[in-house]
Amino acid sequence: MSKIVYTRSKGLTDVETHYCPGCTHGIIHKLVAETMVELDIVEDTIGVCPVGCSVFAYKYFACDMQEAAHGRAPAVATGIKRVHPDKPVFTYQGDGDLVSIGMGEIIHAAARGEKITVIFVNNAIYGMTGGQMAPTTLVGQKTTTSPFGRDAALTGNPIRMCEMIATLDGAAFVERVTVTDSKSLLRAKRAIKRAFELQQQNAGFTFVEVLSTCPTNWGINPRQALTWLNENMIPVYPLGNFKDVKVDKA
Amino acid sequence: MRRELWKGNEAIAEAAIRAGCRFYFGYPITPQSEIPEYMAAHLPERGGVFPQAESEISAINMVYGAAGAGARVMTSSSSPGVSLKQEGISFIVGAELPAVIVNVMRSGPGLGGIQPAQGDYFQATRGGGNGDYHHLVLAPNSIQEAVDLMQLAFELADKYRNPVMILADGMIGQMMEPVEWKKAEITEARVYPEWATTGRGGRENHRIVNSLYIESEIMEAHVHHLFSKYKAMEENEVLYEESGIEDAEVVLVAYGVPARIADKAVELLKEEGIKAGLFRPITLWPYPKKRLNDIASLDHVKNFVVVELSMGQMLEDVQLSVNGKKPVHFHGRPGGAIPSPGEVKDAVKKFIGRES
Repeated sequence: MSKIVYTRSKGLTDVETHYCPGCTHGIIHKLVAETMVELDIVEDTIGVCPVGCSVFAYKYFACDMQEAAHGRAPAVATGIKRVHPDKPVFTYQGDGDLVSIGMGEIIHAAARGEKITVIFVNNAIYGMTGGQMAPTTLVGQKTTTSPFGRDAALTGNPIRMCEMIATLDGAAFVERVTVTDSKSLLRAKRAIKRAFELQQQNAGFTFVEVLSTCPTNWGINPRQALTWLNENMIPVYPLGNFKDVKVDKA
Repeated sequence: MRRELWKGNEAIAEAAIRAGCRFYFGYPITPQSEIPEYMAAHLPERGGVFPQAESEISAINMVYGAAGAGARVMTSSSSPGVSLKQEGISFIVGAELPAVIVNVMRSGPGLGGIQPAQGDYFQATRGGGNGDYHHLVLAPNSIQEAVDLMQLAFELADKYRNPVMILADGMIGQMMEPVEWKKAEITEARVYPEWATTGRGGRENHRIVNSLYIESEIMEAHVHHLFSKYKAMEENEVLYEESGIEDAEVVLVAYGVPARIADKAVELLKEEGIKAGLFRPITLWPYPKKRLNDIASLDHVKNFVVVELSMGQMLEDVQLSVNGKKPVHFHGRPGGAIPSPGEVKDAVKKFIGRES
């Protein structure tokens, strides 16, 4: 008799996602869903999804969900959390949403120490709209709006969110992870779980940046995309923990 | 009942709290800053919360989140700030959330001025954000009426799951008048609506607050659903006030504080033997089209004169309502200027060919 060793997480609905083949959104969804199940908070959590590739994420997470306007998820989450301070609230945002149009909302939510968890999926490009340059696009990286490669003199340099947010007193936990292999995936899971736990402890604003791939808009296959991320993104966006208020510094 | 002297903005904030609003999100802008100031001082002691937002955009999206989470919630601003909120208002309409938005109007365009104006009528009544939509617009002409309309605004927002705007001019916000608190304060905890995202708590399905409908047939059906609510509002929620219509040869039409100036002008006209009346819409959307059309059908009514603190915006609704039956004239002052009753009287006399 065969034994079931793996099933879809109860933190996800039984719906097929729209994500492209080889995209790491599915893995990151799974990590968030597993975290909710392990902390037994699927029944309590309210999630906020943004405009971008995760615009349909409200269909995929099994908890209550709100769809926010472009960049405004941290403000929407603030409204939810102030009404239900005892409920876990998270946003799940891409780099176009969070770093570009939503820069004001994310920084001020962090500065206020909003007790929410932000899952920031950084793939250095606008995915949903078809591969345009994001604030996180690497210098020299070709996109449909930087067809000759991003020119720092014309459009500036990539923005490092973890480093910036870690400077704010309201931030309790800031970590950058990736999901390119099983080791990094486990580390990402630990960070996401830690962020939710600290939120439950009212420690403050919690932020996990996940470096992610976009094979479709990068124009390479999924395996090449993982390699490209490791070789090109990690040097610009170093992995690691930038802040954990509950860790004894001594 | 006891009457108290209140500043308009503070009375509006107090009325919202008495109406059970415990969540307020806002940003400072003249001439409405006393609303966030009052909320900051008094919401905590009434069990509420006001985290000051970093922008008008953020404030209206906090309203979206809180409304979606089931709360009775409000924001306020003045004209340029309300422009910034329009994206959020469109999303609130699309997601069918109840919320109250107060606009204490100043002049424009652009940064304009900080004196009273009514230049945001089109934005308020035509749906200032993207897409096909409306929301109720209530226009008080006194601080007492602003206070009375506040509870109604929250009730209508809940009834239709649609935002309601209180459209006041800067004079309502800044002047002081006697107020009588007619209704008891709502202090009981809110029962969250059955659609609100409150956490599943054992529910079989998750709830979703959303305005995205990617398939055109479903989106079209959603817009038709919204418009069925607007039809019900047009049938059930129209409010207006009128005086002296029964024998009027000229009917002045004005809303908000200019209606009080027009009221005095009517008195001056009567003193000079001119039979004048006043029609004052209280709901600007839905507009009291039917009643105004009926008035236009009266034989003794020969002329309409619209008075606004703008270059003529409500004027178009009066023209649509009168539908060519009688001439519609306009006297307006933009930019924060306020006409005197004598100025309005003289304008009316000129329009109807009764200059002395």
